[in-house]
Amino acid sequence: MRKLKDNLLLTLLWFAAFLTVAVLVTIVGYIFYKGMGLISFNFIFGDYSPSGDGGIWPMVVTTIYTIAISLIIATPVGILAAVYLQEYAKQGKLVRLIRFATESLTGIPSIIYGLFGAVFFVTTLKLGMSIISASLTLTIIVLPVIIRTTEESLKTVPRTYREGSLALGTTKLQTLYKVILPSAMPGILSGLILSMGRIIGESAAIFLTAGTVAAMPSSIFSSARTLTVHSFLVTQEAGDIELAAAIGIVLIVIILILNFSATFISKKLNKADY
Amino acid sequence: MTSLPLKKETEKIGKSNKRKYRLEKFSGNLFLFCALLSVISLLLIICFVFYKGAHPFLAEGYRFLDFLLGSDWVPSEDKFGILPMIIASLYATIGALIIGVPIGLLTAIFLAEIAPKSIAKIISPAVQLLAGIPSVLYGVFGLAIIVPFLQNHLGLIKGQSLVAVILVLAIMMLPTVVTVAETSIRAVPKTYREGSLALGASPIGTIFKVVVPAAKSGIMTAIVLGMGRAIGETMAVILVAGNSLIIPTSLTDSVRPLTTNIALEMGYAFGTHQEMLFATGIVLFSFILILNFTLARISSKGGN
Amino acid sequence: MGYKIKMAMLMLCLTLLLSACGVKKEEKKGASAHHSHTLAISGSTSVGPLAEKLAEKYEEIDNIKIEINQIGSSAGITNAINDVSEIGMSSRELKEEEKARLQETIIAYDGIVVVTHPSNKVKDLTMEQIKDIFTGKITNWKDLGGDDLEIVVVSREDGSGSRDAFQEIVGYSSGELIRNAIVASGNGNIKTTVATNKHAVGFISFEYIDESVSTVNVNGVEATAENVLAQKYSLARPFLFVHKEESLTEEGQRFIDYILSPEGQAIAAETGAIPIK
Repeated sequence: MRKLKDNLLLTLLWFAAFLTVAVLVTIVGYIFYKGMGLISFNFIFGDYSPSGDGGIWPMVVTTIYTIAISLIIATPVGILAAVYLQEYAKQGKLVRLIRFATESLTGIPSIIYGLFGAVFFVTTLKLGMSIISASLTLTIIVLPVIIRTTEESLKTVPRTYREGSLALGTTKLQTLYKVILPSAMPGILSGLILSMGRIIGESAAIFLTAGTVAAMPSSIFSSARTLTVHSFLVTQEAGDIELAAAIGIVLIVIILILNFSATFISKKLNKADY
Repeated sequence: MTSLPLKKETEKIGKSNKRKYRLEKFSGNLFLFCALLSVISLLLIICFVFYKGAHPFLAEGYRFLDFLLGSDWVPSEDKFGILPMIIASLYATIGALIIGVPIGLLTAIFLAEIAPKSIAKIISPAVQLLAGIPSVLYGVFGLAIIVPFLQNHLGLIKGQSLVAVILVLAIMMLPTVVTVAETSIRAVPKTYREGSLALGASPIGTIFKVVVPAAKSGIMTAIVLGMGRAIGETMAVILVAGNSLIIPTSLTDSVRPLTTNIALEMGYAFGTHQEMLFATGIVLFSFILILNFTLARISSKGGN
Repeated sequence: MGYKIKMAMLMLCLTLLLSACGVKKEEKKGASAHHSHTLAISGSTSVGPLAEKLAEKYEEIDNIKIEINQIGSSAGITNAINDVSEIGMSSRELKEEEKARLQETIIAYDGIVVVTHPSNKVKDLTMEQIKDIFTGKITNWKDLGGDDLEIVVVSREDGSGSRDAFQEIVGYSSGELIRNAIVASGNGNIKTTVATNKHAVGFISFEYIDESVSTVNVNGVEATAENVLAQKYSLARPFLFVHKEESLTEEGQRFIDYILSPEGQAIAAETGAIPIK
């Protein structure tokens, strides 16, 4: 009897795992199957044309813009914030408040960020529906990711490094940027790469802050659409599944590359010494 | 770190002690400011969203209860009731949990305990990767495969329905649930298993009676995170929900969850209508806050 | 340690530079094209495709960049009033209070057509029947001479110019629309929903008609441009460009002039809209 029950449960486990893998493989497989036909040099690097046969280059550029601007702001702020939390702060109310805020930011759905961006950056700061509004909104979205990953990697820097450096008579600041930050670099870098993934995948927040103009942005104050928003819009407006899937392939490949480079960088750098 | 340049620098700085201390102090404050930015952002978000969303109730004489419990949403006729959307959001989230959580947890148990190492080594990273795929693509898949399937093979009169939303959300939460739960199951000390096996329990019995209960708090976290993902998802849901404004009475009704209402109408709403969308955001926000609060309590319990 | 610092810094710079590079390159490209003026247009998703095509052609002959945001008529009108956009696009008539603040230019006319799944046998409806369908009084195609299938109504979202115009002409209000109607944002969305569901009925702009959906005659009159111009087909509305008198720039005026020129009107006819002359 017990044997029967055990076997039943075992079968159930295999079945569930099989189902999960099957579903996920189906989705990725379907997207590749549907979109592969459209992938070409011209599709990725060609200019968009409303008449249909154009490429997605303006959306690629918009995506690059948003990643660059958000990370340029969020990286220093996030790293320094993590440094404060790990290296400077004394445990207490303030630190708990900061931790609580960071954790809450992680849990907020992106549509709420979108609402906030729309009222704060777009309207109140008069930046308009633009790449800059979207990027600033995204900065807040990825900030917790960067803070958390940086903190995690700061934690792994051995105490002896700090003590050794301080014993040599360096100041805290010198220890920080000559010893601690370099040792924590692999973790920080993978955090940045994760953030890139998050930005690329984001749609609702960008939709409400950057608008949907399908054209090459002339500056960061232009309204434009990112790849993910484009993929959403062609599905919704035109029902063009093939095009959406083709954009999906580009997105999945970018995320694959980002993930591999994150793993690669942390492995490579961890091997570098110790 | 070679010691030579360090020595030189120490000497140099030793000469200008004052500057050194000022720099130290300045940088300390700068770091503090950066850390406070996340608090400031959170406050700004709460202030602006709540200010905008509360305005119609505080200044324009709308009643919050009418808003919460009203079943009519006709912005052009000044009717704002979001009960259908609240119910749609709840049904969709609960439905997705009912399907997604068991499958996700069983998969996590399989990967952590049963699967041969070679298989787990391939599947685990692949599942992690899937957590990073833009959610829009899940929506595209839902519209292209699930919606027509429901229509053509299950005889639904419209594929855009509550059941389509539930399926898409369940699939979408799988990677999150699997990854988080797997990590926590793997973290259960080996001695637990050995002890149970030594007492004569079967391997499977050990997993379900000893290992899984030991990983309870991690598993709860996985569920709450998956739930957060489901309740907050927007763009994938728009594509498959149908966005009808009825209180759903069956799985085949088309629905409009809270998130969808915001994204669908924000583009052209203005005045009171726009403020009501922010109010919708507040309701959604409150759900999430309750969830996060629960999560915090679970993890603090787990810590004890 | 030295190697590690260098390696890490290099990687950090690389990741940031990689993204920055793309930006720089584009800035150069932008500079060489040298757009002197950006014309911001927003509004109706029905006017949008036409405006995009006009803009594409116009950008070839004038040194100008035209940004078109398709966000629905009401939003476009609001944007024009609030100076967010220089020009708003509307696919419905202006309301009185809007007329007081905005100048309008009719750039073309457009018909709205009721569409069904290609397999649907119902090809002709009276205005009264259309109203009954969308307000939920008729719920089965067999009552209209079709198969015994439940009707699934697909409507545009509240705030859409097409929906406003359609409701006004057919004669029902937003509150009367059957509650379980699928709400689709955008003409394309309605078209694909109807094209894939044999129960469905919806309405789209003439521009979007193709063989994936079947069109319905209203009171026996076929939905064609000629019938709209002859005022036989009543489901029609103007396409408007609206702007504040003081906000219109020279460039904006030139673009409007271009649209009204024979060349611009030919493009309008090509996309399925009805030229004004």
